[in-house]
Amino acid sequence: MSLLALQRDFRDWLVTGDDRAAAALGGGPGTAVYQNNYRTALVSSLAETFQRLVLWLGDEAFETAAARYIDARPPSSWTLDAYGEHFTDFVAAMWPDDPEVGEIALIDWTVGEVFVGPDAEALQPEALAVADWETARIHAVPSLQVLPIRTNADAIWQALATEETPPGAELAEPGTALLVWRQGLEPVFRRAEAHECDMLAWSATGEGFAAICARLADTLGEEAAVTTAGTLLGRWLAEGVVAAVG
Amino acid sequence: MSEKLAGFGLGMRRPHYRSYIDGTAPVDFIEVISENFMIPGGKPLDTLMKARGNYSLALHGVSMSIGSADGLRDDYLTELRRLVDRMEPAVVSDHLCWTRIDGFNSHDLLPLPYTEEALDVVCRNIDHAQETLGRRMLFENPSSYIAFPGAMTEWEFLAEMTRRTGCGLLLDVNNIYVSALNHGFDAADYLAGIPMDAVGQIHLAGHVRGEHLLIDTHDQPVPDEVWAVYRAATALAGAVPTMIERDDNIPELGELCAELDVARSISADAAGARIAA
Repeated sequence: MSLLALQRDFRDWLVTGDDRAAAALGGGPGTAVYQNNYRTALVSSLAETFQRLVLWLGDEAFETAAARYIDARPPSSWTLDAYGEHFTDFVAAMWPDDPEVGEIALIDWTVGEVFVGPDAEALQPEALAVADWETARIHAVPSLQVLPIRTNADAIWQALATEETPPGAELAEPGTALLVWRQGLEPVFRRAEAHECDMLAWSATGEGFAAICARLADTLGEEAAVTTAGTLLGRWLAEGVVAAVG
Repeated sequence: MSEKLAGFGLGMRRPHYRSYIDGTAPVDFIEVISENFMIPGGKPLDTLMKARGNYSLALHGVSMSIGSADGLRDDYLTELRRLVDRMEPAVVSDHLCWTRIDGFNSHDLLPLPYTEEALDVVCRNIDHAQETLGRRMLFENPSSYIAFPGAMTEWEFLAEMTRRTGCGLLLDVNNIYVSALNHGFDAADYLAGIPMDAVGQIHLAGHVRGEHLLIDTHDQPVPDEVWAVYRAATALAGAVPTMIERDDNIPELGELCAELDVARSISADAAGARIAA
């Protein structure tokens, strides 16, 4: 048997657990050791990545979901940390009537991504003094992510993370979103309203701050738009959301 | 700052990070799993940079898949090269095994058949890796639970691999013991067949006894029978940088350091015996 054929047989054994695939490797207790190692490593990795989801679902339900995911999606990345990339959608589909499940998973996943995201120094407020506001653009820190949510998954997640009793699942106001980013080395998140998300999205596509204020005025009116934009910019600076203005 | 590895070290594990950042852990070097730090940024890299300021570093990979019949992944090598350039480690190592084929990654260290074809594949991949990284690598002998029919023993394979590629060996004496028991060979024969001048580092670890096989778990203290293999290895190899690789059930740092003192003592005894001879 060629090396390539042997390695494909071995893959088939790990993925399917089929006795015929084990027989192609010679059978014996060693094949079972590798099968166990394979699945145990993947379940452990998912449990590590989705710690708050484990607490919300309980061990048994989580392990059932993990086992189905492993059957459906054999790993392809060289890093085990990437294995949960599609688990959020997977559990959301498993619990269609419980939308907080997928959203708790999404927060787990995003916080993990932000934790190891690109480094960037947050802009100090003094830097605004030299900005040309006719052309200035807001550049958010590269770790910033905006997550639309439909439930109070954020409150549930926070309670689980601090070992408090989580609230029951509830629907959130339409248009609710979470901002997730890193302050220094620690991931943080908070809720954001629709116009704040709009401003960040417009900034991300290259629109200048003046143009963003003008667009905001279309819905809020000019005076409220300027006040809102200024207040949010001040908040972003205080929270370390902004990496550069220019 | 890519200095030579020397002395006695430990795998840097999360419960002990503070001691490595402070520089208070009484070790000569640290080893980390490369893939855990092949990331864009954040706290893990910050921690490693700080620890790196206090200790020589060995990067130990688990996902290069040097035995893959379809070659190495260049995106993996690019990320590893980035980490190597950033950390300037004294040693970069991986395992004689395969983990990936086609688009599938097992995340386990899977065994190779010790055939001429596998040797050609492994040597070709090592050449590619060493060229991409711009440096010599060490490869660790695996523990295994299946032995395929092959043209040579594992130690013959390792010897020829080092001869053809110029790579070094990371000798894991626990893995020798585990595989010897699992496959019925003599650890002394294994050590006698290893080109000791190629050994650049030694790993010590523990294992558990399964129903049919010894399982390399790295979650136990180094047992007496592994210390015996280490004693024999140091008698042949001389002073080789040695570390304890504890991956799970991690005890207090002091307990690991006490184990490391045993390694120091055995290595010193071996040095004394060589001088006396």
